[in-house]
Amino acid sequence: MRNDRSFSLHIPEPSARPGGTPDFSHLHLEPAGAARRPVAETPGLEMRDMPYRFIRVLDEAHEAVGPWAPRIEPDMLLRGLRAMMLTRIFDDRLFRAHRQGKTSFYMKSTGEEAIPVAQSLLLGARDMCFPTYRVLGWLMARNYPLIDLVNQIFSNEADPLRGRQLPILYSARDYGFYSLSGNLGSRMSHAVGWAMASAYKGDDSLALAYVGDGTTAEGDFHEALTFASVYRAPVLLCITNNQWAISSFSGFAGAQEAPLASRAIGFGLPGLRVDGNDFLAVWAATQWAVERARANLGPTLIEFVTYRVAGHSTSDDPTKYRPGDEANHFPLGDPVERLKQHLIALGVWDEARHAALTEELDQAVRAAVKQGEAVGTLGESKPPVREMFEHVFATPDWRLIEQRRELGV
Amino acid sequence: MAGETRSMTMIQAINSALDVMLARDPDVLVFGEDVGYFGGVFRATEGLQAKHGLTRCFDTPIAEGGIIGCAIGMGAYGLRPVAEIQFVDYILPAYDQLVSEAARLRYRSGGEFSAPITVRSPYGGGIFGGQTHSQSPEALFAHVTGLKTIIPSNPYDAKGLLIASIEDYDPVIFMEPKRIYNGPFNGRHGEQLRNWAGEPTAQVPEGHYTVPLGKAVIVRAGKDATVLAYGTMVHVAMAGIEESGVDAELIDLRSIVPLDIEAITASVAKTGRCVILHEATRFAGFGGELSALVQERCFWALKAPIARVAGWDTPYPHAFEMDYLPGPGRLAAALARVMED
Repeated sequence: MRNDRSFSLHIPEPSARPGGTPDFSHLHLEPAGAARRPVAETPGLEMRDMPYRFIRVLDEAHEAVGPWAPRIEPDMLLRGLRAMMLTRIFDDRLFRAHRQGKTSFYMKSTGEEAIPVAQSLLLGARDMCFPTYRVLGWLMARNYPLIDLVNQIFSNEADPLRGRQLPILYSARDYGFYSLSGNLGSRMSHAVGWAMASAYKGDDSLALAYVGDGTTAEGDFHEALTFASVYRAPVLLCITNNQWAISSFSGFAGAQEAPLASRAIGFGLPGLRVDGNDFLAVWAATQWAVERARANLGPTLIEFVTYRVAGHSTSDDPTKYRPGDEANHFPLGDPVERLKQHLIALGVWDEARHAALTEELDQAVRAAVKQGEAVGTLGESKPPVREMFEHVFATPDWRLIEQRRELGV
Repeated sequence: MAGETRSMTMIQAINSALDVMLARDPDVLVFGEDVGYFGGVFRATEGLQAKHGLTRCFDTPIAEGGIIGCAIGMGAYGLRPVAEIQFVDYILPAYDQLVSEAARLRYRSGGEFSAPITVRSPYGGGIFGGQTHSQSPEALFAHVTGLKTIIPSNPYDAKGLLIASIEDYDPVIFMEPKRIYNGPFNGRHGEQLRNWAGEPTAQVPEGHYTVPLGKAVIVRAGKDATVLAYGTMVHVAMAGIEESGVDAELIDLRSIVPLDIEAITASVAKTGRCVILHEATRFAGFGGELSALVQERCFWALKAPIARVAGWDTPYPHAFEMDYLPGPGRLAAALARVMED
């Protein structure tokens, strides 16, 4: 039998390449306040429309509108703004440090700061986040010492991870920040296992996992969703859809065919699609999912729609694969600017204070970098070489002892 | 503590280890495909769910990466999960979890997080299981620093080593030689099936005891050659030594990592000859590492080249299983060869 027409192979292409005009109409955004807010106890199957809606709180006039508008004290909003600004300033400064040869690698989270900052402030000290490499804001919101970040990035003698990890692959248990690694998606099931353990122990520690849009294509993502759904684990599974996985647009993760949040539907889980550049929307959606989890109703999948303003890392030039001005066309704006304008609209903030805070944070970052440089940058200083052989096993076996002696350390 | 002793098969000894640990430590959880209500395809977890409850011993989705990934998360939280992978041939989808996560977590986090997990899994041939139910991939784990790999050869060791694995602070792959679950097997397929009853190593205490990880045992003392083996091949080696008439010393490694290098070198220094026996394919198999270690440490004591007897470098075959699996005849021939030199 013959087909009516011969087959043709579809290879997804983004709306624009360098020199073209970006078009984000495929995102199917809705205005602030449009999406309904089901009560948190609603069964997953009765929320199958939610992955196709778009939760947004801040409107064009910088007002918080609609059923998702959260009640947040201005002080908390200001803490959020501060942590977001600090993240951005730190990123800019350390990205430059790489260009100056002080470290081997860096990755910025520019444009995505609202997501980890709001979630870090909202979740408790005993909850555990299973991060990606673009959620530095989580640590900034919890006042992780800047000098420890700098020392890790410089892999110097004071590196808290003892020179073993690529820069920015932090671990900070006391700050609810699980050990990062360069492979993708494999910690999502750890978050589910953590949450299962917490449930088994009758504890109240939630887990929160992040993956990017690209990683939703990994088998690990689907296995983690299966386990989370089967065991109704108290876990928040978050997709930061920043549109790009190095040079591959989200269409290669299947985002052209259906919103990534809709992956929840097949697992019977609630799936929310949220404006990731809207601090208040991130807060509201997270609070809703936390409320469900704390009521023992299990996991929620949340897709945060955002945009990766910088390149993937210090190793790529994004103007080679996407229009150089694409960020300016992204319809959800800049999360720092939007929260700032909202605070100004509330009457609790102004340009002068914003400028003063920028200066204060910049000074703090400069001081930390200087302090780290005094210890040493990459190659100038490193932890004792003996550290290379520690922590391989709880107790080193004869191989490690012999090899340490062979190296003479 | 160890209590009364009774005769157990290896399956019963493994079941007893899990039972003891579930009763002793509320942080121990046992899970895997078909392990809950049904009790596992080899019956290793039979009765545990009924006795200890649904949340202590339960079934999982058919997703090996998810099983081990969740175990790592539980371990990082503070539990001591024991995951079963139904056949070790199915562990490959979880290889990334073992290599990139379980084996690296303590190191990369500067000691902040670790994965004290035990992954139990039946391995090896002799049951006409075809390629995907017969392989011996211990070299894939031994190569990954940060993982421990344990292989018992009898009921007493199986229970003591499994309890030690669960209590260990590192991730442990516990490979169970499925051919000898219910009785020893000397590699002669035509002979009548044997069971564990009457074997001294089948006398197993009911209670808690451990066999330390990283300690080999001399199964048969001898002066003319050393045979290194583990798992099912310990029994094949014994038959092969008897067939050869050579006064060989048989060492059951019991633990691939950590490896008891002292037991190995002490024996070869004494005998001057070494034959290594495993079911896994020979090229780049664990025998290659053993051979290199013996050569590096015992070169001046060696009277003959080190010999390896292993599975052929083919995929594991079905109809040719007994041509593939090393038997006592092949070991006896290797012993005769090293004695010629």
